[in-house]
Amino acid sequence: MSQIKLTIDNKTVQVAQGTSIVDAAKQIGVNIPTLCHMKLEHVGYENKPGGCRICVVELEGRKNLAPACKTICTEGMQVSTHTLRVINARRTVMELILSDHPAECLTCVKSGKCDLQTRAQELGIREIPYQGEQSKYKEDKSPAIIRDMDKCIMCRRCEMMCKQVQTVGCLSAINRGFESVVAPAFEMDLEKSTCTYCGQCVAVCPTGALSEIDNTRKVIAALVNPNKTVIVQTAPAVRAALGEEFGLEPGTLVTGKMVSALKKIGFDKVFDTDFAADLTIMEEGTELLNRLQKHLAGDKNVKLPILTSCCPGWVNFFETNYPDMLDVPSTAKSPQQMFGAIAKTYLAEQMKLKREDLVVVSVMPCLAKKYESQRKEFQVNGNPDVDLSITTRELSQMIKGANLNFNELHNEEFDNPMGESTGAGVIFANTGGVIEAAVRTAYELHTQKTLEKVDFHELRGFEGIRSATVDFDGFPLKIGIAHGLGHARQLLNEVKAGTSTFHAIEIMACPGGCIGGAGQPYHHGDTNILKQRAAAIYREDAGKAIRKSHQNPFIIKLYDEFLGEPCGEKAHKLLHTHYFDKKPKVK
Amino acid sequence: MTKIKLADSKVTELKQVCAKFDNQKNELINILHGAQELFGYLPAEVQEIIAQQLSVDVAHVYGVVTFYSFFSMSPKGEHPISVCMGTACYVRGAEKVLDEFKRILNVKIGETTPDGKFSVSSLRCVGACGLAPVVTVGSKVYGRVTIEEVQQIINEYQ
Ligand code: SF4
Ligand code: SF4
Ligand code: SF4
Repeated sequence: MSQIKLTIDNKTVQVAQGTSIVDAAKQIGVNIPTLCHMKLEHVGYENKPGGCRICVVELEGRKNLAPACKTICTEGMQVSTHTLRVINARRTVMELILSDHPAECLTCVKSGKCDLQTRAQELGIREIPYQGEQSKYKEDKSPAIIRDMDKCIMCRRCEMMCKQVQTVGCLSAINRGFESVVAPAFEMDLEKSTCTYCGQCVAVCPTGALSEIDNTRKVIAALVNPNKTVIVQTAPAVRAALGEEFGLEPGTLVTGKMVSALKKIGFDKVFDTDFAADLTIMEEGTELLNRLQKHLAGDKNVKLPILTSCCPGWVNFFETNYPDMLDVPSTAKSPQQMFGAIAKTYLAEQMKLKREDLVVVSVMPCLAKKYESQRKEFQVNGNPDVDLSITTRELSQMIKGANLNFNELHNEEFDNPMGESTGAGVIFANTGGVIEAAVRTAYELHTQKTLEKVDFHELRGFEGIRSATVDFDGFPLKIGIAHGLGHARQLLNEVKAGTSTFHAIEIMACPGGCIGGAGQPYHHGDTNILKQRAAAIYREDAGKAIRKSHQNPFIIKLYDEFLGEPCGEKAHKLLHTHYFDKKPKVK
Repeated sequence: MTKIKLADSKVTELKQVCAKFDNQKNELINILHGAQELFGYLPAEVQEIIAQQLSVDVAHVYGVVTFYSFFSMSPKGEHPISVCMGTACYVRGAEKVLDEFKRILNVKIGETTPDGKFSVSSLRCVGACGLAPVVTVGSKVYGRVTIEEVQQIINEYQ
């Protein structure tokens, strides 16, 4: 590609054709402030409506200021990014934005992490000279997400995320001028729309307009209730990101500190969702093998490829978009729900507790899990298997609220029996991890041979759609992987058309997998953070003594003492689910 | 939102409108024009069918419908009132006139009174700038309308 030479603040820089001024400036360490713009490198997605005008710069020979995010570099261009004129323009733009924004920073969930607040502070805005009417919208509370559109600045990041990346398209800019806002069709509540609760809109919203339902107060209420025993499970992805909330480098593993913090907060037992991930592999892996063996025996009706089902955002997506294919995904519940089902039966029995007196809290990187835990089929007589699901961010809030000095905490171990896990359970956090874990177990069960090399590098990475063939002792097992719902849709359409050649497909709703979940600390567009989290997860796996789910001694014991066979009758009752047609009906 | 039932024959006609434009996504605006001609307005049910025919998200269709003031989501009143908001009318107080209509009839732009008699909308220049501000009720044109005259105009149709 041909190169272009230009100067930015009198420094010469050479960039590839098609580079924006913002990106060119970055190359020489000049940071042009942006607000609506967001570039997600690994997702291959860039939101640049050029609407907010915070990024304006001065161009030699051009009368008007130009938005740096949208303006492409040309040969000989002379850019000035911090002249008085530029700074005054940015200040005016910011003052205008703030004139229609509620001054609620003190109580806003986004405070301290809000791009609007940060930019306003950088510009040193101390008063808002423009006064006038402010927009008022009704608050929309769904089981996972709150929409508080009074705080919307119309950057449309959420719309791009929902439409372009996730191909759900349940959000759109509506109305015009002062009344414009992003909303579902007919301004219906999110709950009634086709929203999957993947939460990726929340993950990119620069302000407090989109946020998660906060369950921390309910958790605290349970903790102080003397009649309740409160246990907690932590998802694999949480340990690789929680440290960021306490100023640690992205990719710092804080497993031991996290356990310690949870014990200090007062949970009676601290368990690991990784244990349930191992359990998921036993069930999902067995299901894969069962289908595969039938297929190899010539059964034409068997559904292949099998699709993983541990991501509730993805489950919601296929229930609304592919209701005619509900028999294709695995019936295995997600690890969160497997944990809940075992906790409220096996564990409650062991602890001699009634299920009503046992409160199961989950710490998840995920917003869809909030909704999942409330699904009717995961309740017994109105008592849910998982009572309360909180995010990584909410946990950090609780740790801060408990005045714990997180970084000084000593490492502690999970409790048993549901705290023991293998490396296979850990990698569930990463795109490609679930299928790698499944392969480690399915290989040994299928071939009756020991798998010497457990690292399947061919299944790892950040490409949106990946494929690999794994040699199952002479049988080529074809595997597909998709993360992000748009990529999932591509693979799904192939399955629907009957052109898919895969035997198994792993799907995660969030770009990067759960490490990029919407409940994780905000990445503010720096997608390197996701890579560092993913690397941390693989490090945790490599450091584990046991790295195959079926070798987890507590899993073996659980089947011996309680469950019987994988995919057996009891396992089926407790660990599997069924799906519903949720396609909105149009005449 | 109250659900309405579209007659089957109308649904067929609507699908024909979409088909006339090859169910093309980028013809959405033309298709919406055609649909509004057919129904007089664009209820949710119509937008849903169009979204389905064009394989676009209904949120997107709704976004377009609410962006253009020409499109309306409620049936026009028996006497549709339009206030010109072109530059000439605007500077001569059209907004105040429009506000007065909204106030007296207690409706927003694009809405219809509960008795179905009046609907209020704004439109861009009607080309009678000499008469600014201009109001039309049905096909009748009123020029140089003042706030005081608004009630009289409404009374003519009561
Ligand atoms: S949660 Fe996901 S599906 Fe729902 S609006 Fe946000 S991006 Fe779209
Ligand atoms: S809701 Fe958030 S992400 Fe969406 S347009 Fe508004 S401010 Fe931007
Ligand atoms: S990928 Fe993980 S974080 Fe994202 S919706 Fe699925 S389960 Fe939740």
